[in-house]
Amino acid sequence: MNQHKKEITLLKGNEAVAHAAIRCGCDGYFGYPITPQSEILETLTELEPWKTTGMVVLQAESEVASINMVYGAAGCGKRAMTTSSSPGISLMLEGISYLAGAQLPCVIVNVMRGGPGLGTIQPSQADYFQAVKGGGHGDYKMITLAPASVQEMADFTVLAFDLAFKYLTPTMILADGIIGQMMEKVVLPPYQPRRTEDEIKKECPWATLGKPADRKPNVINSLRLEAADMEKLNLLLQSRYREIEKEEVRFEEFDCEDADYIIVAFGICARICQKTVQLARAEGIKVGLIRPITLFPFPTKQINRYADRVKGMLTVEMNAGQMVEDVRLAVNGKTIVEYYGRMGGIVPAPDEVLIALKTKFSNIES
Amino acid sequence: MIEEIIISGFGGQGVLSMGKILAYSGLMQGQEVSWMPSYGPEQRGGTANVTVILSDERISSPVLNAYNTAIVLNQPSLDRFEKLVKPGGTLIFDGNGLRKLPTRTDINIYRIDATEYAYANNAAKIMNMIILGGLLKVRPIVKIENVLKGLKKSLPSRHHHLLPLNEKAIYTGMDLIKKIN
Repeated sequence: MNQHKKEITLLKGNEAVAHAAIRCGCDGYFGYPITPQSEILETLTELEPWKTTGMVVLQAESEVASINMVYGAAGCGKRAMTTSSSPGISLMLEGISYLAGAQLPCVIVNVMRGGPGLGTIQPSQADYFQAVKGGGHGDYKMITLAPASVQEMADFTVLAFDLAFKYLTPTMILADGIIGQMMEKVVLPPYQPRRTEDEIKKECPWATLGKPADRKPNVINSLRLEAADMEKLNLLLQSRYREIEKEEVRFEEFDCEDADYIIVAFGICARICQKTVQLARAEGIKVGLIRPITLFPFPTKQINRYADRVKGMLTVEMNAGQMVEDVRLAVNGKTIVEYYGRMGGIVPAPDEVLIALKTKFSNIES
Repeated sequence: MIEEIIISGFGGQGVLSMGKILAYSGLMQGQEVSWMPSYGPEQRGGTANVTVILSDERISSPVLNAYNTAIVLNQPSLDRFEKLVKPGGTLIFDGNGLRKLPTRTDINIYRIDATEYAYANNAAKIMNMIILGGLLKVRPIVKIENVLKGLKKSLPSRHHHLLPLNEKAIYTGMDLIKKIN
C-alpha cells in the first residue's frame, strides 16, 4: 500500500475520485470513457488496485452495461460505482431508476459537460434537474452531493458510499468539467480495507450472497405487479427520502450575516461567486453566498432563514436557470430571486457575476 | 501574497506543463495552488491556456477575469489576454510570428524569444522551461530549488536524468528575457 500513503498532493478532481475510491474500500468500478471525466478510469487503471485491495476495475462496453454491472455488484452488497459525463448519465437513467426501485446503494459520479445532446466537452451544470428531480422514471430521489474543490471530490467519494449504504439509495456526486479537470492540493482519505464477505452479510442482510437453509431467498427486484405492493414500496422510499431531508442537508455560508443580497450557487459557481463577494464588498456592497452542498436534500430552511432579511437573492448557475426554482420555492415569495448564468460550456467570471447582480437589482447602493 | 497567472499559446508549446511545474513549485513551498486548464477542443491544435494561482491563503475562484501576470506565446493569446492584465502587472510574450506587438503602457512588458532560441539550439522540448526562467527573473514568485523539487515530483523517474537540462534552460531564460517598456 505504499503508493497510497497519506500526503498532501496535487491532483485533478477526477484523479482524486479514483484515489479515494480505492482508499475507501470500493469493491468495483464499472465505467466507459467520456470527456471530461476519463481520468477517473485512466487513474484507476494506472493504480491497478486489483493487485492491492482486490478492487475490480472494468471498462464496460457502454454506459448501459456499466450501470447494470453496478446493479449486479450492489445486489451482492458490494461497494460499486460508476462515473460518466452528461450524455453517458442520460444512457444510465433506466438503470438508476431500477437501482432506486430495488433499494440498492451505489455511487454515481457525473462530471457535467454542456448539453443538450452530445453537446460540448466544456463544463456545465445543466444536469441539475436530471439529478435532483428524477431523471429516470418513477418517484425516486438520489442523494446528490455537489463538490466545489478537488479535496471534496475525494471526501465526497467516501461520504457518498457511507450515505448510499445508510439509506440504501443510489448517491450521486454532481461535479462539472472544471472540478474534474483542475488540479488543487488534496489530502487523501485514510485507507480502509474492503469489507469481508462476513462483514457484508452483517451490514447487508438483504444482499444476494447465497441462501442459507434458515431463511427465505433474498430477491433484488424493482418489479411489484400488485399495485398495493408497489404503493407500499413507494411509501417506504418516500419515508426514507423524508428522513434524508431531515438528517443530511449540507451547505456552506459566506458573509451572509450582514448581507443585503445573497448569491446562491453550487459547485464551481460557488467558488467563482466567493470572488464576486470579495469584489462586491470591496465596493461596499454587502453580498453573501450560500452554497448548497447537498442538492437533494436541498437546504430549503437554511435559505428561507435569510428570506426576510435580504433585499434579494441571485442564483448563479452554468445552465438556463434550474436551481433558481428550488431557491424560489425555499423563499416562498418572501424575497425576489433572480437568476444569472451561462450555458453550453461557457464559465461565468467573477466580475461578470457582479455586473449581473448590479443589473438585476438596479437599486443597489454601495 | 496571491499571484494570478495566465499562460497561453498553441497546443504543444508546453503551456499546460509549464503551469503544472509552477503549481508543483508552489506546493513545494507550502502555498495554496490551483491549476485550471482549458481542456476543450483548443487543446488539440488551437490555442491552449492554463490559469495558475499561487496563494498564501485559501483560493476562492480558480476562474479569473484579470491577472497579475500573463505569459502569451502567440498572437491570439496576446490579443485576448493583454487587456486582462491588472494595471501594474506583468506581460511576457514570445516574439515569434507576432504581427502586432503589445501596446499598453500601464503594465510591465517583457519579450523573450524562446521559440527562436529553441529552434536555433535544437531545444524545442525545453522551450517552456526557458520561458519559465524568464518569468522567474522578472517575477521571482517561486524559488528555483522549489521548481526543481516540483519538476522531480511531476516528472516520472525515467525522465529524472533530464533535470539538469531543465535547470540550465531556466538560467538560459533568465538571460534571454528583456524589458521593452
